[in-house]
Amino acid sequence: MEFSKYPITLTVNQKRYSFTVEANKTLLEVIREDLGLTGTKEGCGQGDCGACTLLVNGQAINSCLTLVVEVAGQNILTIEGLAEGDQLHPIQQAFIDHGAIQCGFCTPGMVLAAKALLDSCPRPGEEEVRMAIAGNLCRCTGYDKIVKAIMSVGS
Amino acid sequence: MLTFSYYAPTSLNQACRLLSEAQGQARLLAGGTDLLIQMKRNLVKPQFLIDLKKIKRLKGIEYDPEKGLRIRALVTHSELLHNPWILGYYPILAQAAQTIGSVQIRNKGTVGGNLCHAVPSADLAPPLLVLNARAVVRGLKGKKFIPLEEFFCAPNQTILKDGEILQEIEVPRMPERSKAIYLKHGIRRAMEIAIVGVAVLMALKPDRRTCAEVRIALGAVAPTPIRVVEAENSLQGKIIAPEEIEKAASIAAAHAQPITDLRGSAEYRQEIVRVLTARAITHAARII
Repeated sequence: MEFSKYPITLTVNQKRYSFTVEANKTLLEVIREDLGLTGTKEGCGQGDCGACTLLVNGQAINSCLTLVVEVAGQNILTIEGLAEGDQLHPIQQAFIDHGAIQCGFCTPGMVLAAKALLDSCPRPGEEEVRMAIAGNLCRCTGYDKIVKAIMSVGS
Repeated sequence: MLTFSYYAPTSLNQACRLLSEAQGQARLLAGGTDLLIQMKRNLVKPQFLIDLKKIKRLKGIEYDPEKGLRIRALVTHSELLHNPWILGYYPILAQAAQTIGSVQIRNKGTVGGNLCHAVPSADLAPPLLVLNARAVVRGLKGKKFIPLEEFFCAPNQTILKDGEILQEIEVPRMPERSKAIYLKHGIRRAMEIAIVGVAVLMALKPDRRTCAEVRIALGAVAPTPIRVVEAENSLQGKIIAPEEIEKAASIAAAHAQPITDLRGSAEYRQEIVRVLTARAITHAARII
């Protein structure tokens, strides 16, 4: 059976892209393979680990469980869109300052989950931070430093 | 993931027609947090995927002081959590939504998806059962109203037939002097499938000691989410006292038909039903 391709546009990190995609492509695949933005990681591929977290219209989602055709026309923010030139985003800087990065695999997802939280709740408590990153696994288990880093941005 | 033809209709009618023409080869896409996992594992291999997210009539929450609440099928768990009517008049729904998945999952997962996947552990099912919710189902021949108790048929199976789509859930006003609570037992607080879920709605008489009405629903301990009317009847009209609560909780446990799986044995689940039912009744009665 022949399956057609679908023309879509996406705004990624404030830049507009047009593609023709197959319906079964995930947002994660397009971001990594077609756009070469490999900061976004694939961990479990089933929505458990949060390594593939992206912001769609400001909301954190698992890009491994999102078809690219579902988000046609929408605004996507990846980890590459956070810094302004050489100037790191305050959340990125806080992760460095607090030693909240070990192997780094979970970091892009953690930083974006933190951004979604801080955008809606600028001064979160520890409980709120922990709930906001509950869908992001860190297998180096550096949670404590990650939580402190996020809270330092809010205070 | 195998590929498929993708459709994004803009009206419910169009969606019903596409679904019925596909003769069982199509799946509806809402949040995709369950469906896409099943498709990646080739457990589900639809030839057609009908994305509902462009249909405006499936979005939003409405409240009317007389008629109650209307939750359209595409409302996400995050929307439930932040809606002032839900927080003000039906906080049990926000409480249950909070226990689902993670922020990322709650931002995509929908009320309609949670119910239509019909997993026995669906967290919104026990709360909506005790709220006496009913499903508004749209098909090619028009609308149908189905009490939520009749909506679930078996694991992963609802009463919906080909060409039918869940449009919204109607929730009547809660009774006077009532409180509803959902307790979920899991190993962690996020990304957890309920080992047992218990919802209790308690309404007291004006004396605030006698049970005017109680509704009890269980999740993850039967092929579908269930109401336990026998436990409810044992408490109805009684003065709320520890021995009455224990009796109702034991009846609820006896009516659970859990299975043993890697998350818990049947015996364990039955015991948890007893404990959580007693706890939920006690808590609900105390804070009215």
